[in-house]
Amino acid sequence: MSTFSLWCVLLAGGLITFALRASFIALVDHVTLGPRMRAALRYVPVAVFSAMAWPAVMAEAHAMPSALGNLRIWAAAVAVLVAWRTRNVLYTVLAGMGALWSLTALARFLG
Amino acid sequence: MAERPISSLCTHAVAGARAILPLLISVLPFALIVGVVAVRLGYSPWVASAFSLLFFAGSSQLAAMQLLVGGAPLAIILITVFFINLRFTMYSASIAPWLRGAPAWARALIGYMLTDQPYMLSLYAFEQRPQLSQRVAYFLGGALPFWLSWQMGTIAGALLGARLPEGWGLDFAVPLTFIALLVPAIVDRATLAAAAVGGIAAVLMHDLPWNLGLIVGALCGIGAGVAMASVSEREHIS
Repeated sequence: MSTFSLWCVLLAGGLITFALRASFIALVDHVTLGPRMRAALRYVPVAVFSAMAWPAVMAEAHAMPSALGNLRIWAAAVAVLVAWRTRNVLYTVLAGMGALWSLTALARFLG
Repeated sequence: MAERPISSLCTHAVAGARAILPLLISVLPFALIVGVVAVRLGYSPWVASAFSLLFFAGSSQLAAMQLLVGGAPLAIILITVFFINLRFTMYSASIAPWLRGAPAWARALIGYMLTDQPYMLSLYAFEQRPQLSQRVAYFLGGALPFWLSWQMGTIAGALLGARLPEGWGLDFAVPLTFIALLVPAIVDRATLAAAAVGGIAAVLMHDLPWNLGLIVGALCGIGAGVAMASVSEREHIS
């Protein structure tokens, strides 16, 4: 890895990321989105966040084909329940991490 | 009515900062991990920090650093960064209508800091903020501490290096944050369909190259949401 290629990745990668983020924010005064596009945008947050969360939860399923399956899936289920009941970010993250740690300890204890 | 505009803008910025606070506990571990990985791959803390400053996007930082060490061609690295961060154009499109008429500096700053958590929080908070300046204040009030945590976290991770415990599964805090923001946003059958289909499709397509599973999965979810909404509407009419 040369210093040159490192700088290319840093600058070009940074520029690409900024361009993707700024794209519509920069253009919004000049282009108007159609009604169908606007209707579709309503589902962006839930669809994207779900598409990021679940592959990350399942990522270890291949590595841990145990009887309990993947502990992270159970911990994530606890988090979903807490998020649904409390609508509180802090409680959700703490409950999910707590569930993961307790389940890991339990699995170790049971051998 | 007599409230002074500046102090009123401060309240909105503080509201943004308060909303982002619980999210910092999950972004910090992720930032630490990115810093640790950078050093383990052989980068200096300076370079780790430069990635965080210029990208400000964790998964693409990890991917770019790994590919570069592995000797991947420049084009492949940049294409990967492009696809991993492609979701930001969807964020940009959905938040842009709220920023119509904003000054260039605000657009540039929001564009630079438009990452997952500040985006999700702001989008829902914007609905209760009729004035543009209030929305800008709210976004920046939340995004600035988030950005700062990301920068400090990567530096701390790079400096601490191998001394951080590995068995704690701290990386799990990241999908938990997404769940915490996702679940309350499911308000009807259409949003439920978008979340369910988006998640399942992304899991099924996890092995696609360049993180395409995320984009294709999200598009499937959006399609499912639109389809479900039109079904519900037809039921409503008949």
